[in-house]
Order: sequence, then structure tokens, then C-alpha cells
Amino acid sequence: MSMPIFEVGSDPGANFGELLKRVGLSPFGSVSVDHELVIPHATTCVAMRCKDGVVMAGDRRATSGNLISHRSMEKVVQADEFSGVAIAGAAGPAMEMIKLFQLQLEHYEKVEGQTLSLEGKANQLSSFVRSNLPAAMQGLVVVPIFAGFDFHTDSGRLWDYDVTGGRYEEKDFVATGSGMLHASTVMRISWRRELSTDDAVKLCARALWEASDADSATGGPDSMRGIYPVIASITKQGWSSVTDETSAKIYSDIAIEVGAR
Amino acid sequence: MNTPYYVPPEQFMKDRADFARKGIARGRALVALQYDSGIALVSENPSSTLHKISEIYDRIAFAGVGKYNEFDQLRVAGVRSADIKGYQFSRQDVDARSLTNQYAQILSQVFSEAPKPMEVELLVAEIGIDKSADRLFHVMYDGTVLDEHDFSVLGGDSQAVTDRLKISHVADTSLKIVLQNAIAALSGAETKLKYADLEIAVLERNGRRRCFRRIDESEIEAIIG
Repeated sequence: MSMPIFEVGSDPGANFGELLKRVGLSPFGSVSVDHELVIPHATTCVAMRCKDGVVMAGDRRATSGNLISHRSMEKVVQADEFSGVAIAGAAGPAMEMIKLFQLQLEHYEKVEGQTLSLEGKANQLSSFVRSNLPAAMQGLVVVPIFAGFDFHTDSGRLWDYDVTGGRYEEKDFVATGSGMLHASTVMRISWRRELSTDDAVKLCARALWEASDADSATGGPDSMRGIYPVIASITKQGWSSVTDETSAKIYSDIAIEVGAR
Repeated sequence: MNTPYYVPPEQFMKDRADFARKGIARGRALVALQYDSGIALVSENPSSTLHKISEIYDRIAFAGVGKYNEFDQLRVAGVRSADIKGYQFSRQDVDARSLTNQYAQILSQVFSEAPKPMEVELLVAEIGIDKSADRLFHVMYDGTVLDEHDFSVLGGDSQAVTDRLKISHVADTSLKIVLQNAIAALSGAETKLKYADLEIAVLERNGRRRCFRRIDESEIEAIIG
């Protein structure tokens, strides 16, 4: 492998996606599919603002048509120290997009010697989603949520996207994927501006519970296998995942409450 | 038509080497030292934004002395090469040895073919799972690679700094002692460098993925006192 050194006029700067194009490794491109592909799809993810930052959560199920193809997929991942991505849609391109996004943030930080602003990160993800448009037209849709802690505004912020790369900042909460309607109804009823991080974690868990209860493609807590939705908070202190033990406790409390209805 | 002067290859190489050496010696020295849980990189650098020491990858750091624009260009090329390799294969496939060879290739090519050689010396440092797997690769302006142990000195009056470190260096010691030794060796007998004029970073076995960390002025004070 030779070292990637470029002429002044064709230097890709700190842009990792552009660099991959120069060396012929770009993963984005048009695919031609003349019938509907049966490939794994990731389903419901939610995110909400709370007093100290943001909380993100996603179920663990991936489906191929009527089949459950994975029970322990992680759709909510850390992007860097102070941000995370949650993804719904075609699992393959979605995971590739997350990987590329994480690399882009780290690459920028190393080349430029400082991190991108949160808005810069959100914008960057938008261009990744837009690059995926040709594939999305063929059914490989990827719709992420991006959330993080912004030190400029000293608050948590979150964005959702459409398939064309349209980027919309949400003030309160957002859901994406097949169970989004049920999940957002739960959040709409109980969300409050002054929620503590712990309460926001519980509300996200509840939103996913209701989504999995009514949507066949969304996975619920699986206590038999010890698989619970991924829930994480991002505050001034950085990214923090909720442990399986804590999730187990939250879900057993919900089960008791629902059982007593 | 003018006949080009004949320059014997020995003279040609010597002229270029002298040119590069002079450029490098004008700058200030930089040292890298192994301590019990990592590698410390210390350099005299009055600028807090134009770094001589930077992160290349999870366990690899880069340090350059000489002309800033030249080693910075090589630093960026190194970050790119490492990130592409990690993306294409796996993060664990990125290593200092292969990166060093790429640097050596570029520097030796520039040294003999370009209008002027690069006035830089580089250090590619990598921490392994334990001290014996740590690497300090020192790349000279002509592409010569030195595989060094315990400590490495680049640029400035490197011979004097090396002599001082040979006396003071202790293997397997704490970060505090290593930093004290490094600062004393860079300062010399007459003066003592101010913390504000130092750029310090460490690669530390901290159990995390990214092991590179900068140490700012207040932290140096807290460590050394």
C-alpha cells in the first residue's frame, strides 16, 4: 500500500468519505435491483431530550420479511464521546453508514486536531444519507437519528433525517422505524421538558415496550435470552450505556405495572 | 548547449544530507521515553496549536521535528493511510512498522529525486499490550529507519540530549520521573524550560481503544509539582 499523498488542488482535506473516493473504496453507489430484496431490516429507535442531555434507545430485532433474522442487533451506537446514532432501515447499508460516520468523526479530529461541532456532525451524516439515495430508490432505505451533547448551547440536541438527506432538528423527542407511531404516542403523552436522565431512560424503555407490543417487527425485552433494548444517555459527562441489569429491572417493573391493569 | 557539471554521487549525497541536517538542527529537540505504563513524548514547542506530537491511530503516535509544513504533510498522510487500512481490513491490522516503512519509502525517494530533501525527522511510536511490545521507530531525513528502545531523541542538539538521558534514564519507572528526566535533558544545565513552552503527550495502556492523550500545562504541574 502506498501512502495517500495528493496534489494541492485535489487534496480531500479532513473528509474521510471523499478520501475513500480518491482511493477507489467508496461504498456508496447505485445498485440495480429489479425485484424486492428480502434483506434484514432494523426497526424501531427513539431519542428524546432531557434536562441534562439526551437519551437514545433502540430495540434489538432485525427482520427479513416475516422472519426474525437477528435478535441481538445493536442499532444505537456511540458515534464519538458526545454523540450517538440510531438507525432504522436496511441493516447492511445502515451498519456501513454508521461505521463510516464513526470513522469520519475520528478522521476529522485527527487531521484537523479538533473535533467537529455537533451541528457539523449532524450535517455530515446528512450528506451520507443523501449519498445513499440511489440505493434507497431500490428499497435499501436508511433513516438515522442523530443526538448528542452540544457544548456551544450547553444542552442535548437531536436530529432526524429523511431518505433524501433532509435534516430536521427536533426540540423534544423523535422516533424512527416501523414501530415509530406507537413509540411516539407514548412519548407524546409522558414527555416533559424537565425530565431527569433516569426518567427519560424509563420513558424510552416504555416507548419501545409499547412499540413491540403492537408492531411485529419490533423486538421486546427478551428475559429468557437476557436481551434488552440498547438504551444510552449522552450528557456533559459523555456517553453512558444503561446496563442489562438496569434494563432488566426497568422492564420487570413495566411488566408488573402492565399486568395489574 | 551547456554540458551539465559532473557531480560525483558521494558529493551529491553529502551535499543533500548536510542541507537536511542543518535544517533539522535549527529546530528544537524532542524526546520519547518509555515508562511503566506507556510512552511519553516531550518537546520544546512555544506554540500550543501547531503541534509536533499527534495521534495517528488507536495505539500509534507521531512526532516530527524540522520544517513544520513538511512533517505535518507526512502526519496527515499517515492518518489517512492508517484510517484507510483500518476501514478496509480491521483496526488491529494497523501497525507502526508498516507505517514507518511507508514513511521511509517517501523520505528516501524525496531525498534522492526531489529538488530538495525534506528537512524532517520523524518518530512513529506504538504501545503494545506490554512494555516489550512497545515500538519507537525513528525515521531520518534520508529514509533511514532506527528501531530504538527505552528512549529516542530527535532534532535540535540531539547528541547532547542523548548524553544527558543516557545518564538519567531509568527503565520501568513512573510518568512523573520520566517527565522530570525529559524536561531536565531538554533544558540542559544552565536553564530550565517553562511548562508553558512544552508540548507533552502520552500513549498510555489505559484499557481504552484510543490510547493517545495530551497533557496540558496544569496537568504537568499536578504530575511533577
